[in-house]
Amino acid sequence: MVSLKTELCGIELDNPLIPASGTFGFGYEFAEIYDINCLGSFSFKGTTKDPRFGNPTPRIAECKDAMINSVGLQNPGVENVIKNELPKLRKCFHKPVMANVSGFSVDEYVYTVEMLDKEEGIGWFEVNVSCPNVHGGGMSFGTSPEAAAEVTRAVRKVTNKPLIIKLSPNVTDIVSIAKACEEAGADGISLINTLLGMKIDLKTKKPVIANKMGGFSGPAIKPVAIRMVYQVYDAVKIPIVGGGGVATAEDVIEMMLAGASAVQVGAQNLVDPMACPKIIADLPRVMEKYGIKNLKDIIGGAH
Amino acid sequence: MKDVLLTIKSNEKIAKNTYLMVLLGDTEGIKAGAFVNLKLDGFFLRRPISVCEVDGDKLTLIYKVVGEGTEKMSKMAEGEKIWTLTGLGNGYDLSKSGERPLLVGGGAGVPPMYELCKELIAEGKKPAVILGFGASDEIFFENEFKALGADTYVTTVDGSYGTKGFVTDAFDKVDYTYVYTCGPEPMLKAVYNKSTTSGQYSFEERMGCGFGACMGCSCKTKYGNKRICKDGPVLEKEEIIW
Ligand SMILES: Cc1cc2nc3c(=O)[nH]c(=O)nc-3n(C[C@H](O)[C@H](O)[C@H](O)COP(=O)(O)OP(=O)(O)OC[C@H]3O[C@@H](n4cnc5c(N)ncnc54)[C@H](O)[C@@H]3O)c2cc1C
Ligand SMILES: Cc1cc2nc3c(=O)[nH]c(=O)nc-3n(C[C@H](O)[C@H](O)[C@H](O)COP(=O)(O)O)c2cc1C
Ligand code: FES
Repeated sequence: MVSLKTELCGIELDNPLIPASGTFGFGYEFAEIYDINCLGSFSFKGTTKDPRFGNPTPRIAECKDAMINSVGLQNPGVENVIKNELPKLRKCFHKPVMANVSGFSVDEYVYTVEMLDKEEGIGWFEVNVSCPNVHGGGMSFGTSPEAAAEVTRAVRKVTNKPLIIKLSPNVTDIVSIAKACEEAGADGISLINTLLGMKIDLKTKKPVIANKMGGFSGPAIKPVAIRMVYQVYDAVKIPIVGGGGVATAEDVIEMMLAGASAVQVGAQNLVDPMACPKIIADLPRVMEKYGIKNLKDIIGGAH
Repeated sequence: MKDVLLTIKSNEKIAKNTYLMVLLGDTEGIKAGAFVNLKLDGFFLRRPISVCEVDGDKLTLIYKVVGEGTEKMSKMAEGEKIWTLTGLGNGYDLSKSGERPLLVGGGAGVPPMYELCKELIAEGKKPAVILGFGASDEIFFENEFKALGADTYVTTVDGSYGTKGFVTDAFDKVDYTYVYTCGPEPMLKAVYNKSTTSGQYSFEERMGCGFGACMGCSCKTKYGNKRICKDGPVLEKEEIIW
């Protein structure tokens, strides 16, 4: 018998699979077709202080083995999430959930985390620092070690729950940003968020996405994700949630060998809503094939 | 929603760039105005296509070749299998039709009118149908609608068949109690402005998932934000914001 168990910031997971934020809603669409309690956990839709409609459509473009999205963090705002979404989530999911939080100023992050911190069922905070800082010239918090650390420090003060900072890959030195978050009190690092991409329609000769650019993700980005998880694993002591292009059991193992304690699946959920349960079912076979008894033992094994 | 493996029974050209595909398999939960999402080999995202007809284990789709995915579909042969997400979208609400509903389909928006027409007739309603195409070589299903017993009118933009002009140019030929429509957005808008009754309008949007998870297909309505894939694709006339 092989063991799929792993651990993330002191919380045991039945398996490393965590559907990534923005590709799994608040869980209940997927609960229609399978029991989502088979998952390690899942990260719910990026939640902000105020309700957001997001960007104009088209928001989606197809690429080779990948997609671009420019949803623009559409969500009903933290109050409505607490009032309407979390009760529905709790009905179908009984394990600790990962609360994904976004903000456009440090105060917004703090407000949203403070509100959610009182809610039952939240295991970890996953703070998405890829958002533009409206008071900082519009640069994303995740592109400078100082700004990422500032968000981490501020949020750290308002929650005792494990605090995971989700980094943007659109930077020159991911290692310095991960280290800055660790020093500022983060309990974990999640990476990678989407890469900035564009697709041009040859018929209209214009970008497909209304906002022109969007987040590029899916199987095509996996080598970038593996590389960044590997680099960050060498540089920090806190656990890593690895994601980016994961679509198979083999990908999960590769991500863990690079250094991930848990693994996120994003875009693949959209094209195959059964992707995660299929991967979980397939993991024992692939583990046996590669002589792996305990998934936990292979974390960082490639180093 | 279900992900089912359907088998192609036939796939043939019925008009210019237009194909009719019959799929066999588990069709449970498929209804008029709803759509399915097809996983094609070599393409990351699925392709949403409306339900044209569902009859026992037989699902009929009609699609226009507009890009690489539909091009690939047009080359698929009998016996090939397609993973298909079924039971997507809200579909049309037949209870509001009144005695004489008007069904207006334009181009690739014609197919969903067929299952709807069939079901309305089965309920004893007397639907009239207006089908709009660009030119006579694009026309399909005129006879199929007539065979169902619906008063059917065809318009072509170039006047090569039927009434010359847009679907709205045939409106004075019919009186109606309600409107059901599907087609390109400018056509929907024209129908919205021309029609004198309430109705249901089916919209298209680029989709990431097709089942409500990604927020890729959102639109604003007078009743709040909606996802075309899950809360639509059919919207009530009263809620639409142009
Ligand atoms: C609810 C719904 C029902 C539909 N029903 C039908 C139908 O019955 N018959 C029919 O011919 N067409 C229908 N369409 C349009 C059909 O989905 C597109 O023509 C098709 O996806 C084009 O794929 P492609 O690879 O050939 O084009 P490409 O342009 O190469 O596709 C690239 C990407 O854009 C998407 N895309 C392109 N055009 C559209 C569009 N108009 N709407 C949504 N996504 C698009 C594709 O799905 C793909 O992800 C429907 C669309 C929706 C949203
Ligand atoms: C449609 C869509 C919406 C997303 N929304 C969010 C979000 O709200 N918050 C966030 O942190 N990441 C968001 N992401 C990023 C994913 O969580 C994930 O980090 C990224 O897509 C890389 O993984 P993948 O290649 O498996 O998709 C989104 C991705 C997609 C495709
Ligand atoms: S396409 Fe994903 S929510 Fe509609």
